[in-house]
Amino acid sequence: MKRGIAGSLESNDALITVKESDKLTITVKSIVYDFFHKQIEKVIRDTLKELGVEKIDVVCEDKGALDYTIKARLIVAVKRMEASE
Amino acid sequence: MRRSLLFIPGNNPAMLQNCDVFDSDAVIIDLEDAVSVTEKDAARALVSEFLNAMAEQPPMELIIRINGLDTEYYPADLEAVVSDKIDTIMLPKATVEYLEKLDKLLSEIEKKKRMSKKIGVVPIVELAISVLQIEEIVKCPRVNGVLLGAEDLSGDVGVMRTKKGNEILYPRMRLAYACAAYKIDAIDTPFTDTNDNDALTEDCLFVNNLGFNAKAAIHPNQVPVINSVFVPAQKSIEWALRVEEAARQASLKGLGVFSLDGKMVDKPVIQRAENIIKKARKYNLI
Repeated sequence: MKRGIAGSLESNDALITVKESDKLTITVKSIVYDFFHKQIEKVIRDTLKELGVEKIDVVCEDKGALDYTIKARLIVAVKRMEASE
Repeated sequence: MRRSLLFIPGNNPAMLQNCDVFDSDAVIIDLEDAVSVTEKDAARALVSEFLNAMAEQPPMELIIRINGLDTEYYPADLEAVVSDKIDTIMLPKATVEYLEKLDKLLSEIEKKKRMSKKIGVVPIVELAISVLQIEEIVKCPRVNGVLLGAEDLSGDVGVMRTKKGNEILYPRMRLAYACAAYKIDAIDTPFTDTNDNDALTEDCLFVNNLGFNAKAAIHPNQVPVINSVFVPAQKSIEWALRVEEAARQASLKGLGVFSLDGKMVDKPVIQRAENIIKKARKYNLI
């Protein structure tokens, strides 16, 4: 199964793991989950839409990342997944 | 007219999002040495999205250090970061040939992206050949300052780096004079011991006397030290203001040369005083 990882568990970063899937699943784990999980999920959905990806398994382990960091990490994780054997 | 230029690793979100709080005149977002080979794509994407998300221009100059033109990474770096949001590209391992190539690449991107800004270039002199080419490097298109990269340069020459820096005296002097001749920034190499700000102060004072007007920093704690050295001292400002006033009085009397405190003051001295006043005003010291 193709997989891609990007980011880190450092403060203000996010570790994003994506896997090939036949459906869209998004899991968000965050130190600010109560306040921002909806916003994080929205960033992930919007970014996947921009990338034209409809079916994928995304796990985002957030350590207080800003929206653009989550977006950048997701873009790279998807590209790495697509490039993986 | 820069004083301090702070390096920030391009793949570090915490540093990136706070890059405007360190009070440096410029921030250098690094896609080169601070980013491992396996993370080049991640750093490039992060910096690109950081720039896209930037609502307004930050108070300091924004410089991006791309990977060298001898690597496979630079085309994607340029494509990702060159926009009206940045001011300058820093080119590692710069030679005249690479600077001419970079100018063409930037012109193509500026045209393609219909940019309103012309991006400046700060080459890093960190090869022995670049030290020899310095008189041509400072004349290359877009170049508005030159950074000495002593660590790589010492490796290229095959000498040990020392805290005192005798081994880089020759390149420092060549760089300072070439930059002075073409009125661009002479930027000194970073001081690598981030726990010794006394030695950093000494190093700044030394290179300031050689003709450098700025220094790169690798830690935010170095910025206040650098900023405090690369501005005119209060005593110099007071002297310059007195020269300016005396020159005004002399001009009313039709005198080109006059005496102040028993010393002759002529055009070069007045020019030096005017430069001190200009710099002092820029940094709100007057």
